[in-house]
Amino acid sequence: MTMTETVAAVAAPLPGHGLPQKISVRNLKFYYGDTMALKGINLPLYANNVTSFIGPSGCGKSTLLRVLNRMYDLYPKQRAEGEVLLDGQNLLDPRQDLNLLRSRVGMVFQKPTPFPMSIYDNIAFGIKLYEKVPRSELDGRVEEALKGAALWGEVKDKLTASGLSLSGGQQQRLCIARTVAVSPEVILLDEPCSALDPISTSKIEELIDELKDSYTIAIVTHNMQQAARVSQFTAFMYLGELVEFDDTSKVFTSPREKRTQDYITGRFG
Amino acid sequence: MASYASRRAANRIMMGLCWAATLFGLAWLALILITLFWNGFAGINLDVFTHDTPGPNTEGGGLRNAIVGSLIMTALGVGIGTPIGILAGTYMAEYGRYSRLTFYIRFVNDILLSAPSIIIGLFIYAALITEGIEHRIVGYSAIAGALALAVIVIPVVVRTTEDMLLLVPNPLREAASALGLPRSHVVLKIAYKAARAGLITGVLLAVARAAGETAPLLFTVQSDQFFSLDLTKQMANLPVVINNFAGKGYANWQQLAWTGALIITLAVLTLSIAARVLSAQRTQK
Repeated sequence: MTMTETVAAVAAPLPGHGLPQKISVRNLKFYYGDTMALKGINLPLYANNVTSFIGPSGCGKSTLLRVLNRMYDLYPKQRAEGEVLLDGQNLLDPRQDLNLLRSRVGMVFQKPTPFPMSIYDNIAFGIKLYEKVPRSELDGRVEEALKGAALWGEVKDKLTASGLSLSGGQQQRLCIARTVAVSPEVILLDEPCSALDPISTSKIEELIDELKDSYTIAIVTHNMQQAARVSQFTAFMYLGELVEFDDTSKVFTSPREKRTQDYITGRFG
Repeated sequence: MASYASRRAANRIMMGLCWAATLFGLAWLALILITLFWNGFAGINLDVFTHDTPGPNTEGGGLRNAIVGSLIMTALGVGIGTPIGILAGTYMAEYGRYSRLTFYIRFVNDILLSAPSIIIGLFIYAALITEGIEHRIVGYSAIAGALALAVIVIPVVVRTTEDMLLLVPNPLREAASALGLPRSHVVLKIAYKAARAGLITGVLLAVARAAGETAPLLFTVQSDQFFSLDLTKQMANLPVVINNFAGKGYANWQQLAWTGALIITLAVLTLSIAARVLSAQRTQK
């Protein structure tokens, strides 16, 4: 893959100043049965940057995220066309090993989803799946993951308590810790703060900012301030199309498209 | 004002009728339980658990062989039926949720669930026991009875397993898949774990159902006067002993029938309460 090919695939000149692309979405079309939900998306996700996806409900931003780890494969009658390159490999290839893909592309969901087990096991579970880790080392890995998600201080004395006993914000950070613990390369966040209070939200936003040094991050959000705060690049989607993709500062101060302008100023959506 | 007064009167009459209907229904249940406890407890003593069923014109006797036989056949029936039921329910909820096959299995399972148990007894009888002495697969035997009970257990377990797994929220499965877990791990380590209390409740209800069944055993095991652990022979069991002893003229037989009925009722009651407690715990979480 060369840069010129990628640039040619996207209609508008690409922002990003030649940053390496961790993921390149090329002419992606997605169908729920006969309904076309994504109408030919072209987009890069730059390595070690945060890209946010904004747009009104139903515009396809969550759908796009669910293509990136092939989550849609769990359901019948959902299919994708086009190419999504992860380090140059097309992950839509039917021969793609889904479990391997999902261990490289982690996902955090809108509602916190702790597993019905202890806080410790919520983290250790995923690690043990991929690696044979001795118990002593496992303790360290769990601690590291919980510290990485800024949760260690709050739970270090009750690691054996159920993950369900935590507050909503803590549960969400537990889910992020769980995702980080298996060392993915890309992290997808699907409205991770929409069920959380402002304090938990700001903790998670700080966390996202730290995580981008080690991971490539995509976040779907309905909160435009959040997109402006946490991301370096912003994609505005509308009715299954990518309307605008640019540096976050440009999207929010001088958008090229009128529809973007209207949306971020709250005139429709 | 007149219409308001008449509405109030109509309301009172309807409330009165509702209360009367409730009391009428409960009164019969209370009568049955009181009679059962009154007559059953009168015969409870150590002999019931240490002596076997008496022959005609024999004094005393107990229910040891019938209690042990019931335990063996119920355990075997549940042991055979539960894995099949759980596997089928798991397929329906986890693997074939959107398939046409699941739709048909659910339909057939619901029919099996409401089939009269005497039909199931007859089926096992026709399938395994008739066909002339030299061709028969087994005779009247504990194993045939256990198979009949397994056929009773399967649809109950299939239904509860599917229902309980469908209650496990999909985001939990997605979250597990998103970590790269293979499907089998998602089912075994996450879905079963989240639905555990419900799955156990389903099995307990199936045990309760199997423990009280008489008709399937009449056709497949009959009963036996003596203590036996041989699965290929007839075996005493509480429901059939009750059926055989209740209508006969010997006072000790009648007393043992009451006592046997009480033991079954208490066992089923205990299982139902355990199932209730377990499912209550689940909904609290």
